[in-house]
Amino acid sequence: MNRKTLELWVGLFVAAGLLAIAMLAFKVGNLATADVLNAYVVKARFDNVGGLKAKSPVTMAGVRIGRVSGISFDNGKYQAVVTMAIDGRYQKIPADSSASILTSGLLGEQYVGFEPGGDERFLKDGDELMITQSALVLEKMIGQFLFGKASETPTNKK
Amino acid sequence: MNAIANLGRIFLSALERLGRAGLFLAETAAGTVTLVRRFPLVMQQVYAVGVLTLLIILVSGLFVGMVLGLQGYNTLVRFGAEDSLGLLVALSLVRELGPVVTALLFAGRAGSALTAEIGLMKATEQIAGMEMMAVDPVKRVIAPRLVAGIIAMPLLAALFSAIGVLGGHLVGVGLLGVDAGAFWSQMQSGVDFQEDIMSGVLKSLVFGVVCTWIAVFEGYDAVPTSEGVATATNHTVVYSSLAVLAIDFIMTSLLLTEV
Repeated sequence: MNRKTLELWVGLFVAAGLLAIAMLAFKVGNLATADVLNAYVVKARFDNVGGLKAKSPVTMAGVRIGRVSGISFDNGKYQAVVTMAIDGRYQKIPADSSASILTSGLLGEQYVGFEPGGDERFLKDGDELMITQSALVLEKMIGQFLFGKASETPTNKK
Repeated sequence: MNAIANLGRIFLSALERLGRAGLFLAETAAGTVTLVRRFPLVMQQVYAVGVLTLLIILVSGLFVGMVLGLQGYNTLVRFGAEDSLGLLVALSLVRELGPVVTALLFAGRAGSALTAEIGLMKATEQIAGMEMMAVDPVKRVIAPRLVAGIIAMPLLAALFSAIGVLGGHLVGVGLLGVDAGAFWSQMQSGVDFQEDIMSGVLKSLVFGVVCTWIAVFEGYDAVPTSEGVATATNHTVVYSSLAVLAIDFIMTSLLLTEV
């Protein structure tokens, strides 16, 4: 085999391999979506974060506006403190917006959803969201449902 | 008494061989410095171990991805979670099957060829001839092959994973009717670049070193007869496969921080 053909094949092979790594990074992995640009940080306290993890998405109106950067436990108030990095493009989020932990689909991953408030002031770096709603814990819901059923059956029989 | 002495002898000779292999690797690594001027040698070997292995990697990757799609769908559909099929296929390929299966195929296709080639060079006294002409065979023959193996393995593993994901997409979305949007979006939200993809690349890099090292050492250390070369080739495939699987377990347990 002459030198030119060999170099061509090796070049093709290396290019294809690098292309495959790039495809894995951008199409399969989260490299394209993971970066939150010029992020500012806001905090929120939750009674229960459920299955929320670092890097879970933060959304508003269903659009991803940031990600959870850390979850810690406040030993004084027995609450979870969730730190979120919000993309710098979204500066005009009302300061009294509420955050709730939601689930995508029935058993999908959990994420933080923002509901806009009516405040004239906007969220700044280091602010804390006051109104929060915890994650729904499936076992608790089933428990409540069963208790509800158990207490209503005798009245039906009367 | 004899049996115990035998055991000792086997253990000592295995240890001695391991030591020789280690020294050989160090010598080869030192020999790679001169390759900057002899880059065409590396290129030739990348062709031999990379380009010629491409076909088997691509075909296997496609079929492994398609089988993962079928099997995963059948299990996930019971829980109504068939939308996670993309995530399942991508994670299993990127983290495990891509690097490991590529390394096993590499050992069978390229490693055995390397051993046979070097072993025959030794048997036909080409290596002794080089030494006579004051050409260092480690620098001229072994080092380019080692470097080529280390370059080729991560690229092959990435191609395997990429074509496997496409195979999973083909079966999952094309054949079984999983929603294409859910397939890709669940995959993207679940596969982390650093933790999953880079750990896979790191694994394949280590496998590249180990597989090629075993192959060139077995060839260089072979008994210079046709029977010796046959045994060495056999050893290359067996030892490489065992080493890859054992190292895979160790690396996975070190890399998986979140258990």
